Amino acid sequence: MDINMEETEPFVLDNEQLALVRKQEARIRIRKGFLLIINSIVMIIVLFPLLYAVSMSLKSASEVYSSEFSFFPEALQFSNYRDAFNVAPLGQYIFNSFVVALSITIGQLISGALAAFSFQFLESKGKELIFALVLATLMVPGEATIVSNYLQIGQWGWLDSYRALIIPFLTSATTIFLFRQFYRSFPIALYESAKMDGCSNIRFVFQILLPLSKPAIGAVSVNAFINAWNMYMWPLLVSGSDRYRTVQIGVSMMNSVDSQSIVLMLAGVVIVLVPSLIIFVFGQKSLVKGLFSGSVKG
Amino acid sequence: MEFNQPLLDDKGEGLKKRGARKKWNIEAYIYLIPALIIFFLFTYWPFLRTIYRSFFLTDNRGIERVFIGVQNYTDLLTSASFQNSLIVTVQYVLIVLVLGMGFGFMTAILCNQSFPGIRLFSTVYAMPMAVASSGIAMVFSIMLNQRIGAVNQILGTNISWLANPQWALISVAVLTGWLNSGINFLYFSAGMSNIDESLYESASVDGANGLNQFLYITLPGLKHISFYIIVINVIGAFQSFGQIRILTSGGPGESTNVIVHDIYRNAFLNFRFGMASAESVILFIIIAILTVFMFRTQRKEA
Repeated sequence: MDINMEETEPFVLDNEQLALVRKQEARIRIRKGFLLIINSIVMIIVLFPLLYAVSMSLKSASEVYSSEFSFFPEALQFSNYRDAFNVAPLGQYIFNSFVVALSITIGQLISGALAAFSFQFLESKGKELIFALVLATLMVPGEATIVSNYLQIGQWGWLDSYRALIIPFLTSATTIFLFRQFYRSFPIALYESAKMDGCSNIRFVFQILLPLSKPAIGAVSVNAFINAWNMYMWPLLVSGSDRYRTVQIGVSMMNSVDSQSIVLMLAGVVIVLVPSLIIFVFGQKSLVKGLFSGSVKG
Repeated sequence: MEFNQPLLDDKGEGLKKRGARKKWNIEAYIYLIPALIIFFLFTYWPFLRTIYRSFFLTDNRGIERVFIGVQNYTDLLTSASFQNSLIVTVQYVLIVLVLGMGFGFMTAILCNQSFPGIRLFSTVYAMPMAVASSGIAMVFSIMLNQRIGAVNQILGTNISWLANPQWALISVAVLTGWLNSGINFLYFSAGMSNIDESLYESASVDGANGLNQFLYITLPGLKHISFYIIVINVIGAFQSFGQIRILTSGGPGESTNVIVHDIYRNAFLNFRFGMASAESVILFIIIAILTVFMFRTQRKEA
């Protein structure tokens, strides 16, 4: 700061220069205003489906059937939300989804942190091959193994249980990759000094490495939770009863055409969407940092 | 701090140890066990089983009954329904690609310069990536309703979006494009922030206007990442299911019966597990080719 002040020697602008500066400033202001307006318009377009869901979920059943477009409800029918809980066991569905999404998130954190630790810090024959095999799972889309997984889980008698919803997702190549990417910047010297002090590997992971890996943990958690919360195809196949049905499937079963259920269905949709959106809004920064620290470097 | 000194000296030895012939280190494998068990049980093994089953005629519980060689594949590739499914998938993927990338690109351009409120706008533009495809599909099903939906009411049209084969495909593709626009926004933004600021500065000193800077600095600077975004989007679009099942169930007719929906239909509605397995293998081959392509280009970039 000080140096700058000294270097920019004060000089006096004549009127012509002053006018030029003003013009420049005005141009910047106009451009910023212009950006603000355009962005506001685009933002409304992007948000429209979400805002529409909220607005419709607060309308009365008869108002929904009006053929004139009106965005704002005549009177806010918050009772739709209460009624949605009455027509379907939404509470149970939400509970199930939280159990499933949280278990998957925790499982991926543990399996991913450990696997990435081994890949980054420990040396062994065959390590590269195994890492390649892990990355290769990115090439096998879940949809391509879903038939076999379904039949297998049926054979095990796992259909319609938390096990079926959770266990297949307890690890992911993306999670391992994100953790490894983060560990790369971790000073290997710290690991070696801990080893010299007689710290075991497992203690190193839980007492030194993970406490210093909060950004990676944040990114992985947000990513895993949102993906697990939004799962559709697998829960559709393996959860048959209300006891284990996730909220995505439960709400999509409210899909119907009569007006009474339209408002309830949309109330249900809003309930489904809110948790992942909240987590996204609060976790966005760490998610973005995690996702882009490895692939795109500045 | 005191620890650092001996450690720096130690580094040479550490490196030598790393370069030396590696031994089997059991401990390294112990840490991999949780992840490897899950991958084995729910990815590798089911994948091999899928390939195996694809050569069989199966009963309605999915048990292999008669070995029929590649007949499931020849049946599929010659069936009008599967050919239609492939064509529909390609059309769908192309529309998703253009819309999702176009929207992501546009929003990234809009947030490329700082201005008041930029954080709010970028959160909103990225938000679709956190939205459940099934949930938003139900919103679209109301929005696109011929009589009470907002789309016809706002446009003043009277189109039955989901009952007309062409509009139905476009509708599900628009929805998927919207869903993808969030992550595309992030990718394009990351790509733009990687372009060296001094390029713009020297260009503007040389008198290049905004349009020229965009054409000759921004666009070429995004070449590599755009390629990566295209592949990610194509792979993602190939895997769409929830929104299609909820909005159209593959219809009307088979106009939106993309490949994953056809796998679902064959396996879980018609109980033709062998045929569905063959279809899964074909889906895998398509995705594998695209993924390899992606890794290649990414490596070239690095």
